[in-house]
Amino acid sequence: MLDYIWLIPIFPLLGAATQLFLGWRLSKNAVTAVSVGLPGVALLWALGCVVQLLGLPEGSHHVFVKTLYTWLPLGPLRLTGGSLANLNVHVGFQLDPLSTVMLLVVTGVGFLIHVYSIGYMAHEGGYYRFFGYMNLFMFSMLILVLANNYLMMFVGWEGVGLCSYLLIGFYFQRRSASDAGKKAFVVNRIGDAGFLLGVMLMAVTFGSVDFREVTAQALSGRIPVGSTVIVTICILLFIGASGKSAQIPLYTWLPDAMEGPTPVSALIHAATMVTAGVYMVSRSNALFILAPTAMALVAGIGAATAIYAASIGLVQNDIKRVLAYSTISQLGYMFLACGVGAFGAGIFHLMTHAFFKALLFLGAGSVIHAMSGEQDMRKMGALWSRIPTTAKTMLVATLAISGAPLFAGFFSKDEILWKAFSSPYGSKLLWLIGFATAGLTAFYMFRLFFMTFAGKSRVPHEVEHHIHESPKVMTIPLICLALGALAAGYVGWPKMLGGSNHFEHFLEPVFENSKALAGSEYAWSVEFGLMLLSVAIATLGFLVAYFWYVRRPEVPEHVAAKAGPLYKLVLNKYHVDELYDALFVNRAKDLGSVFAAFDLGVIDGGVNGAGWLTRMSGELSRWWDTWIIDGLLNVLAFVVKVMSYPVRVIQTGVVENYAWLITLGVVIFMVYYFVHF
Amino acid sequence: MIPTSYYILLGSGLFTIGVIGVLTRRNVLIILMSIELILNAVNINLVALSQHFRSVDGQIFAIFVITDAAAEAAVGLGLIIALFRNKETVNADEIDLLKW
Repeated sequence: MLDYIWLIPIFPLLGAATQLFLGWRLSKNAVTAVSVGLPGVALLWALGCVVQLLGLPEGSHHVFVKTLYTWLPLGPLRLTGGSLANLNVHVGFQLDPLSTVMLLVVTGVGFLIHVYSIGYMAHEGGYYRFFGYMNLFMFSMLILVLANNYLMMFVGWEGVGLCSYLLIGFYFQRRSASDAGKKAFVVNRIGDAGFLLGVMLMAVTFGSVDFREVTAQALSGRIPVGSTVIVTICILLFIGASGKSAQIPLYTWLPDAMEGPTPVSALIHAATMVTAGVYMVSRSNALFILAPTAMALVAGIGAATAIYAASIGLVQNDIKRVLAYSTISQLGYMFLACGVGAFGAGIFHLMTHAFFKALLFLGAGSVIHAMSGEQDMRKMGALWSRIPTTAKTMLVATLAISGAPLFAGFFSKDEILWKAFSSPYGSKLLWLIGFATAGLTAFYMFRLFFMTFAGKSRVPHEVEHHIHESPKVMTIPLICLALGALAAGYVGWPKMLGGSNHFEHFLEPVFENSKALAGSEYAWSVEFGLMLLSVAIATLGFLVAYFWYVRRPEVPEHVAAKAGPLYKLVLNKYHVDELYDALFVNRAKDLGSVFAAFDLGVIDGGVNGAGWLTRMSGELSRWWDTWIIDGLLNVLAFVVKVMSYPVRVIQTGVVENYAWLITLGVVIFMVYYFVHF
Repeated sequence: MIPTSYYILLGSGLFTIGVIGVLTRRNVLIILMSIELILNAVNINLVALSQHFRSVDGQIFAIFVITDAAAEAAVGLGLIIALFRNKETVNADEIDLLKW
């Protein structure tokens, strides 16, 4: 099975091709069978490959690479150091612990979301188009995670960006949706530019873009720690990651991306695509370790984004918006982890986050489905008894994301906070920011939960009648994800509490360098203390939310009124979108206008002018022809005509005249003869 | 004998009268008669000169002319009758269909 690992992306690709070429002719059931079945096959194949991988002999360090063919045999390239190297880019697949985690997350959560979508999209238009794009996304994402070099990863990277655009703008007839799709793609592109520059710089520095070769060279000590080249490469790669994973300053697209159908938000903007940046940074851990400046940047931006997004999520009223900002915030955590050298913890959080965030989004979708499309939480309330399965699974997810002990999020988030505190790359400040964010997270997540499911019902009358639990095809994935959100944490049970942290152990071969960071000077008691603090602040967040949204619902309004301008500022997302519009978007549009004016005035003007000239020369020819040529002929004819006037006079029609003329002729002849003879 | 010049004079006199008749007279029958007169004038000339030159050619030619004149008269009359049938007139100045 491993030998045919390349089939894993091909299965969803077949689904996409089927839908996009034949989908319009297929029945809904056929579409479902193909487009949900094939990702299911991909999942099974992936499981098979992973089992096989684990069965490989110890010496291989659980790494399997299969190169299919050489894509770009670029030949000798002169590197910056002066040496020559053959830069060959292959199409190859690498399955190692890191890509295993990503593979299972993508195929597992992806499959569940596809199943959920059968129910969610049943009454929407464009059923086959939706699944076609979703399958295409699965293909691209699988290429991204299974690639064995940066350039092939970039192919998948671009592919998921495209699918994100297509799916966000799925309801393209709505202006806001198509705008959001464009925004996502353009902002992503800015990141992609950074990524590509980073890869190019990598190519001329290392002579290769292959993961193993670059990692080997980085670990070999050839490049001094903190050299400008490495720092530049890492910063450029991180720019790419920020675009894809919605960090400051390239995060603005993700809240708008909620215009897409909810399964899209779950799959792409929670579980998989946005985690591609984290995956890429983790894959490049050997490079980042050599660039402390870049690590600091990653950690700083990650932490800043985490608390910034959490602050905006506190006051949003659209259920999906809260989850969007929550995603940005949690991604910040993951980058914080990577930035302090705890790549394993970052990936661990990525995995647990995939479970509970997908669950949250799908649950929100279920709520929206029950509420006949209403997304404003101010119009919800007391839904617990009406949609119990959704409510219970969302409770599990909310507990998980808030870091409640024994749920998945607790282990991964705590791991990150501990590493932020204790790692040589970390700092107390970073820990403090993460710690505060955890409190905010617990607060806004329980705010979401209570506003939706508890308290008094604020549901409008017409909607109230239609509230119903979602069909099994939607609730069963919710339950599966809830189990994941409960259980996924146990693979990372920390050593401190008696476990052996299987997860990090599993990932060790990939993160060899971070071993150096594993041992810190702090005692386990400090770690335990920090763990207790995290639980405490999460509980505090929970209590405030409970008090404000269940016990005394009028309090939040008072607080908002008292905070006045500050509240408005946060509610308007700190006016960042407006700022970007003024600084960049409108300036770009202005530039476009300039070019348009040039195109219309100069280019089209030239073309029109040439046309005008041609037409004028035609006019000139016409004038010449009419007046000169025809004129000459007419003059000729006129002359002939005028010459005929005197001659015409002779033809009177009177017979006697003719007789006279005959006589005249005879006389002339006679005279002539007499003269000549 | 009668000098030949008197015959020539007679002939030319008749010829002139005939021509004037063709040019001047209104009735087409009179014009036809004038044409006959012209032909006869020519005949007189021919015969007179045949006698002057003691050659019989002139007289033979005169017989041809007479024959010719007869035929022509017949045809001319036919024309006039056809003309009368269409136009109800024998006046030359009333035949002006070709006049513009």
